[in-house]
Parts: sequence; structure tokens; C-alpha cells
Amino acid sequence: MRYERDPERIRRVLGEKVQFIQGDMAVTYGALLAGVSFFGGYPITPASEVAEGAARLMPRVKGTFIQMEDEIGSIGAVIGAAWAGAKAMTATSGPGFSLMMENYGYAIMTETPCVIANVQRTGPSTGQPTLGAQGDMMQARWGSHGDMTAIALAPSTVQESLDMAIDAFNLSEKYRHPVCLMTDGEVGHLREKVVIPDEDEMELIDRVPATVPKEEFLPFTNSQTRDSKVPDFPTFGSGYRTYVTGLTHNKKGFPATDKQKDHEELIRRIISKIEDDREALTDLEEIQLDDAEIALVTYGASARPSETAVQIAREKGIKVGMLRMRITWPFPIKQVNELSKKVNKIIVPEMNLGQMVHPITEYAAKDCEIVLAPKVGGEMHLPVELVEILEANL
Amino acid sequence: MTEMADANVLREKYLRDGMLPTIFCNGCGHGVAVDYTLRAIEELEIDIDTIALASGIGCSSRIPGYINADGLHTTHGRALSLATGIKAANPELNVIVFTGDGDCTGIGGNHFIHAARRNIDMTVILLNNFIYGMTGGQLAPTAPLGSIATTAPYGNIEQAFNISELATALGAAYVARWPIFYPYQPIKSIKDGLQNKGFALIELMSPCPTAYGRRNKLGKIDALWTWYEDNTILIEEYEKIMNYGTDDEKEKVKQMFQIGVFQNEVKAGFFEEYEKMVERLIERDDAKGGGK
Repeated sequence: MRYERDPERIRRVLGEKVQFIQGDMAVTYGALLAGVSFFGGYPITPASEVAEGAARLMPRVKGTFIQMEDEIGSIGAVIGAAWAGAKAMTATSGPGFSLMMENYGYAIMTETPCVIANVQRTGPSTGQPTLGAQGDMMQARWGSHGDMTAIALAPSTVQESLDMAIDAFNLSEKYRHPVCLMTDGEVGHLREKVVIPDEDEMELIDRVPATVPKEEFLPFTNSQTRDSKVPDFPTFGSGYRTYVTGLTHNKKGFPATDKQKDHEELIRRIISKIEDDREALTDLEEIQLDDAEIALVTYGASARPSETAVQIAREKGIKVGMLRMRITWPFPIKQVNELSKKVNKIIVPEMNLGQMVHPITEYAAKDCEIVLAPKVGGEMHLPVELVEILEANL
Repeated sequence: MTEMADANVLREKYLRDGMLPTIFCNGCGHGVAVDYTLRAIEELEIDIDTIALASGIGCSSRIPGYINADGLHTTHGRALSLATGIKAANPELNVIVFTGDGDCTGIGGNHFIHAARRNIDMTVILLNNFIYGMTGGQLAPTAPLGSIATTAPYGNIEQAFNISELATALGAAYVARWPIFYPYQPIKSIKDGLQNKGFALIELMSPCPTAYGRRNKLGKIDALWTWYEDNTILIEEYEKIMNYGTDDEKEKVKQMFQIGVFQNEVKAGFFEEYEKMVERLIERDDAKGGGK
């Protein structure tokens, strides 16, 4: 059985165009629409519903769902499936994400397109399994040993969970890189209206298959057919006989573990294929920033009370606006820096004790004060709490 | 058995010249395992472009690099999970995993027991040398009692894994164990494994004179081979002695490694079962007009 994306069947299986569903289920829906054909999962709160949805729906579109033995096996199977041609994903939460870090690095090093949905909770360790948090933003960015970069998206709504699951696949295919869909327990367990996009409302990107003659093909260097640092993809079974290793490798894919130049060239290309495209990978929402003197910089679940706080504060005459990062990694350096020159202060509400506040501080103008507004323990910020913080910072 | 192919012909046809010479030490059995595998592929006339190799970390896991086929050299212990994904995405591929005793049953033990239990259609060629060779001779989960390793300098006090018996108990479709110096039986087992629809484990006892042998007074390859001869017994012989032997004879063979074919069953692999489920669901959906 080989999967072939069948748009009609996918929509029939998903059902009504407008539905009232959970954020986790919306991730599964988006993945199905994107053409996911392999899901390797392992139960973990608050992400299990993503796998449960995949177990229920994927066989009905001729996709494969396997509940693996652990999260290490899940991400492993996902990477293997990707090399055999699948759009593949897994879903997990904090402790499972920690377990996946080794193969996350392997996926980066071997330029394997795949998606990891992380329905974040807090930690360290088991923490608060049933409650939301933004615990893994830095782990997504730095979690592997060695030099790396990351692509991470942070949905704030159930609709965005669906839409961004599609985006996550597109970005992973385009850049041949694992993409983290950094949702959280709040958005993941929230129920809201979603509208399932029609086929002509979606753009789907597929990895570029290798086409150059086999004897000339170089699997781990700039594309030989396009102006791109992303190499064309030699799907297993297509006759390219590609050797894929997590060791430092040369352009042919052969180990070059004692070659300084090969290592530097490889790592710099893998990082720059994404960071060169930082502008294209910037996706921001600006709310009432035109005349703002103070700004909230947010992402994911914490953007919800932040937006309400902006409305309340505006009614009180406070000139506040909000910048929301839909894509958190790569970090929107330029836009945050420009914002910091326009406003006097930036408030960073996060459901952790300070993660995204670090790059914000790093890239903001030095005379702009950065104030962290953390909330931990499994509760979201109340809009009034944020208004109080705004008032205290006028 | 068909006529044995010339080694040079096999080398020309299947090996990746740019990767040679291998990292294997003199006296290591791993190169012989490559030879056996290529002979099995050649004799079955399997198109190399339908083969996907996977491996973990360690000396044996370097083998996919030497064979000119698609291959994933993965993270330590994880090869079976990646191989599961390969097979899921393209069940037409013949998936062969090269792994070692430490890679597969130490760090990778969880993936091993579940891949065997799920009866994932793949052929696992496990090279058991009783030691972590690549890292310099640390204690493996297969190390015989009393053996010396750099991390067991006063002798191993742990009970060893019996990998083939474990796989048999897990319901793997095909399980065989052979010392690498048996010239024909491993090739036959690899062929049987490749043709089996389920999970096939071929455990090859492969000497490591450098990291295991030297510390255990088996550094000379002939001593190591003699050790294998003295410490292995065919399954059929073992059973004969357990049925009809004296108590002394029974005690003696209990300490030995049984060799031969432990299990050879015909049963549907995981993906065959999965496909049946998919067909059932598709039929049901289509009958209902595909409604939710």
C-alpha cells in the first residue's frame, strides 16, 4: 500500500467544513490536509488527542499510524518514513520532546523534512501534565547538542493550529528541516470554531525530488537544479543509493569526521539555508502599534489575554500595542529591533519564567526597557493582571 | 545452493569504493557478515535499488556505508525505529538492519523488543561480539559472566542477554544464530529472513579480537575461534542431550550458546495486517458514500 494524497477522500473523512473542535484535533486535521502519510505517536498529556485523531483518521485516507514504544521511537519512525517519501509527523509534550532531542538533531543534520507538534506543558520533569505552559520554546531552538537553528510556529487559536500544521509541513518540505509546531495545553485543549480550507484555498509545498543523473548527484550540498542551499531529495527506493549519516559528512554523504572544512561548510549551510530566509520566515501580527508607546510582544496562548489587555488598556487611554509572533524561530530580529526603537518599553508575557524574552532583549535597542511578565503554575495570565503590569510600567 | 559468486564480482557490483577500506580490525567478523549478506542478495536476485539499509552506532552499524544502496546510519540504538518508518512509507522496500549487541539490546533494547513483537517486516542482522568495540571495549549486555571489559575490569558479574531466545519469545517470525565462521548456514538464514514476511533476526557471533579478545585471553584469532567451537552447540544436539544426556552433560550444555534456527514461522507482518485494516475501512467508507 502506497499513500497517495486524495483531497476528496480527506475532506470526506474530515466532514463538515465548519466545525467546533479541540486545538489538538485541529493539528491532526491540518496534517491530514497537508498530506501527512505517516504518524508515529506515543501517549502524553496534553498531546494524546493529536495521536488519537491520527489513529482514527489516517487509515481512512490510506495513511499509516503507529503507536511506537516511546517518543524516541516515534521521532525515529518519522525520520525513516520521511526518507522513504512520506510527509511524516509526531506529536508530544515536554517530557516526550526532551526524549526526542537526539533524533531532532539527527533530522537537522540529515536534512530530513518532518513535523513535531509539541503541545507544551511545564517542567522540569513531569511538571503539570494536564496544564498548559510555554515550557519548551528554548528547547526547540537549542535542544540538540552542537550548532543548530530551528523553525518553530506558535498558534494562538484552534484555527491557527489547523492552518499552522499545514504551514509546518510546507516549511519542513521547503527547507528539509524538522519543524516544531509549538502549541500548548491551553490552545491544544481549547474548543473553538474552525473552517476547513478548500483545496484551492491551500498552498502545499513538496520537497524537490532529485532528478540529476545518478552519477552526478550530490545529496548534501546546494541544490544542483535550483539556486538554493536546500539539496534535492533522493527518496529511498528511487535508485540514488544515498548514504545518510548523522556523522559529519561531505557532499556525497560520506563520513568526514576529521575534516574541519567539511564540518564547517556543512553546518554553516544547514543553518544559513534557514537564516538567510529569515524575512520570508517572519510572520507577525501587529495590533494597535501605530501610536503605541509601550508594546506587548507575545506568541501562542499568552497572546490571547494580551490582546484583551490591549483593548482594556486602550479604553483607559494607555497607548499600548501588541506584536504577536506566529513564527518564533527563526526570530524576527529586524522587526523586534524596529519596534524597540519606536516604543519606550516592551512587556513580554510568557507562561514560563522567561524564554522568548532573551532574544527580545538581545535584539532590542539598548535604551528600550524589556520587562518580563511571567505566569507559571498552569494558569494563563488574566487580562487585568497584564493591565496592572502595563499601568505600573507607564 | 547455487554456485558461490566470486568475491571480486560481488565487490564490484555492491560495494561503495569511495568508502573503502573498512574500519574493521584484523580478525573482526563483520566484513564476513557483509559478504554473507551480499551473497544472499545475489542468490535471491534482489534488485539492490529495492533495498533500504538502516543501522545505529557502532562497528557493525558502519556496514551500510560500504554497501552501495540507500542507507540510514542513524542514532545509537534507534535503527529499528527508523527502519519501521521506512517500511511503513514504502512497504515494497526490503529493509535490512545492521546492528550490534550493544546497539540493539543495550541502548536500543526497547525498540528491539517492540519491533520483534509487532512483527515488522524487516531483516535484522545483529553482529554479537560481546563488547562495545568501537568505543574501546566497554561492558555489553551480552558479555559472558566473568569476562573482562574496560568498565568491568574485575570481571563481569551481570547475567547476559540471550538475544535469539528473547526474540523467539517475543514472537519474531524468523530467528537464527550462527557463529560467523560457519560458511553456509548464515547465508541460508539471511536468505530465509529476507523472504520471510515478518520480523527476521539473524544473530551472527562475530569475533572482536581487539576489544574483547585481548582482554579475555582470546586475542589470537585461532583462540577466539576455538572458543566459539567449544562454547556453541547445535539446537538439535542440545535438545538431544537435554532429553537423553546425563546430568553432567546437561549442566555442561546449559552453559553453551545454542546455534541454529530457533524459529521459522509464516505469519503476516505488521504492514500486511495494517493494509487489511485500511482496505476494510476504505470499503466501509465508500459503501457509505464516504460520509463521516
